[in-house]
Amino acid sequence: MVKWYPTEDVQKVRVKRANKPTRLRGGVSPGQVLILLAGKHQGKRVIFLKQLEGGLLLVTGPYKFNGVPLKRVPQAYTVPTSTKVNVSGSDFSKINDAYFAKEKENAKKTEEAFFAPKKEKKPFSDAKKAMQKSVDAGIAGKITDPTVKKYLKTKFRLRNGMFPHTLKF
Amino acid sequence: MVKKQDRLYSRAIFLGYRRGISLQNTNQGLLRVEGVKTKTDAKWYLGKRVAYVYRGKTANKEKGLTKHRSIQGKVIAVHGDNGVVRAKFHHNLPGQAVGKLVRVMLYPFRPSN
Repeated sequence: MVKWYPTEDVQKVRVKRANKPTRLRGGVSPGQVLILLAGKHQGKRVIFLKQLEGGLLLVTGPYKFNGVPLKRVPQAYTVPTSTKVNVSGSDFSKINDAYFAKEKENAKKTEEAFFAPKKEKKPFSDAKKAMQKSVDAGIAGKITDPTVKKYLKTKFRLRNGMFPHTLKF
Repeated sequence: MVKKQDRLYSRAIFLGYRRGISLQNTNQGLLRVEGVKTKTDAKWYLGKRVAYVYRGKTANKEKGLTKHRSIQGKVIAVHGDNGVVRAKFHHNLPGQAVGKLVRVMLYPFRPSN
């Protein structure tokens, strides 16, 4: 039997749904301590602040404890732990994906510019330093337990006899 | 600076390629991950990224050769009942890698709940 088809070619209308940000897994909530698994700060224990619009997680060391600044991290590269810290005293509502956007350089592509020695790196903006300080102050001030302080300063690492599939984070 | 003691990967041995008695499929490698003895334990490692790290004899920046090199891959399936795992690499592993250490990273991490 011949398959039915319309006499004129009709474009099938596909409804495009809005993308939702990735689901937060592992019961992660603001103040949870996460372990970073890759990158410059691998092994460091950081504090989860919130999920940004693009789906990445916003974390901070705090910077004074382990040198991790306000940073975006994909969820798959973090391990949620059972330790939680109070972050209610910290205001990070203004931080979004645009905060991390690179500054666009309005350099015209000329021959001299191409051969000129590379410009020095721009220093870290003072506004960002100030934001880091204010966000961290609200968190670090509330951490009174010295064990938690040490915990955030220490890196996670695997040792002999430790197998990740048996570990309870 | 990542020190040698700061291990964030599981150690695994590259047992060889997936094979029958006489025919081997060099596209898939078999890995025995340290501490993994059962099929259910091995399921934790599904999807985890894997790296065979080795050193080259010379480094030549112009040719794009570094001293430390790696072949990336990932765990694709469990192999059998005793915790062995199958992995696929971006480029197939060389035969000299048989019996050598392969790193099984902890990412992408899938929390249990």
